[in-house]
Amino acid sequence: MMHDGSLAANLDQIFILLRDWVVGFLPAVLRPAADAVLGVIAIICVFPAFFAVVVVLERKGVGRIQNRYGPNRVGPYGLFQPIADAIKALIKEDIVPNRADAVVHFMAPLVLLITVFMSFAVLPVGRNMALVDMDSGLLFFIAMGAATELSVFMAGWSSRNKYSLLGAIRAVAQMISYEVILLLSTVTVVMITGSLSLTRIVEAQNHFTWILPHWFIFTPWGVAAFVMFIIAGMAETNRSPFDVPEGESEIVAGYHTEYSGFKFAIFYIAEYLSMISISALGATLFLGGWSAPLSFLNWVPSWIWFFAKVLIAMFVFIWVRGTVPRIRQDQLMNFAWKFLLPIALIDLVVTALWHFMGEGWMRWMVTAVILVACWALMGRLEMRNRHIGPRKYRYAE
Amino acid sequence: MNPVFYILAVLTLAGGLAAILLRSLVHSVLAVTAAFAGLALVFLQLDAQFAGFAQILIYIGAVAILIVFAVLLTRSSELPKSGVFSNTWIVGLVIAAGVFAVLGWAVLESMSAVPQQAAVPAVTVHDIGNALMGRYVLPLEIVALLLTAATIGAVIVAMHEKEGPK
Repeated sequence: MMHDGSLAANLDQIFILLRDWVVGFLPAVLRPAADAVLGVIAIICVFPAFFAVVVVLERKGVGRIQNRYGPNRVGPYGLFQPIADAIKALIKEDIVPNRADAVVHFMAPLVLLITVFMSFAVLPVGRNMALVDMDSGLLFFIAMGAATELSVFMAGWSSRNKYSLLGAIRAVAQMISYEVILLLSTVTVVMITGSLSLTRIVEAQNHFTWILPHWFIFTPWGVAAFVMFIIAGMAETNRSPFDVPEGESEIVAGYHTEYSGFKFAIFYIAEYLSMISISALGATLFLGGWSAPLSFLNWVPSWIWFFAKVLIAMFVFIWVRGTVPRIRQDQLMNFAWKFLLPIALIDLVVTALWHFMGEGWMRWMVTAVILVACWALMGRLEMRNRHIGPRKYRYAE
Repeated sequence: MNPVFYILAVLTLAGGLAAILLRSLVHSVLAVTAAFAGLALVFLQLDAQFAGFAQILIYIGAVAILIVFAVLLTRSSELPKSGVFSNTWIVGLVIAAGVFAVLGWAVLESMSAVPQQAAVPAVTVHDIGNALMGRYVLPLEIVALLLTAATIGAVIVAMHEKEGPK
């Protein structure tokens, strides 16, 4: 912990110092409100900027994986593409279908965007840098995620379009199923830390043995929980390979078929922002939040580590999107309820074992063996009726 | 009584009234969701963080979705021809007034039983967890049993429907 006035400590807390300096100009009565307002302005500016970076990464990244250039016209290497996208979305005509339910149609993207932005409030972006340090911060985050499902349904139903309704029903079914997995994988972290507060969870990971950190991903139960968290996070945000609800080749665009112009841009922004916020939660819970990976790298400001980890998680999301084909709806539900849920429950038991077995190499062995055995067993159980041999390729002669 | 409570009370009551008076069923569901949100905010204003967020998570995230699916899958979103208000609404009003009177009397009586200056202990999630695992472990297990029975029942009902028309 750096309490000295050194350059590294000041750089680390530079945003807090800036905020205190600006708020210092105001009378004492207005200071708490000004604190909150400045924090909110910072969130509204920083995370959409991050979203713009992610959009460029995504389009170039998916393009390169698919052996093509991404967009390369706007600016050097296509780096200003998000600006072009924003201008296009703003000047497009906003078409609302005649029979659509105008009020609900208007409110659906707004509700989605509001709940996604609210979930950024509890993330500890750096040391002392969470906007609201709540005792049950994790519960708040998950509650905001649950509220997004309602807006997806509102969007699909209000469009009075068969494809939208189908997309909305599929999306809500998928989101409810994977919400359970998401929650169970975060409960393991809460069990070990003993608190629902995200700042305390990060501080519990901020210790180092020799030079290696105590991140939860470096434990057997942490790896299993992190993998399940990432899979559930992808499914929660309707992200490929779980994008049957917006399957472009099947049901046009699912629940955002009838949205054009700026409302579609809001859906787009909300989808990517919820991806960013799930990655940020994963980084906070499992990858140590703002703590440095090696103990001698503590001089780098904490918020840089946080955004670096979120960027790596987003890169994994983009990589999976370009690589894996879309999963069918029934395969998706089978995967959640028959494979991931038992492993999540077993992970809970294994985490409890880890906690009660005390320090030593024994608990690493036992937990790792149990998890690997269960994973292999569940896989075999699921596959026992499907006879899939080695793949035979046929080529044109 | 601070002004925030009045605003939240107006929101909750408006949501409840709108749920009864609106024509379209899905609009009523969305209005009742707004009433749930108002209740959750009242919990949060009373510093009951766990209750507030659990209200959002469960009521808005699960119960509202459940109602919405029920409305969608039973095709009852068209209004019945004879209207939705019954002819004997006076009886309903009298019964509702009676229940409200009993509840109001109970609450007002209990306010005099508890001294006004007693400090309300801050209940953290830690305390709730301890209570659930310590003193209230039997109700917890009974609720889990109930939920398991409901899940198995739902699966059985769905299974029969699949084998129905043979």
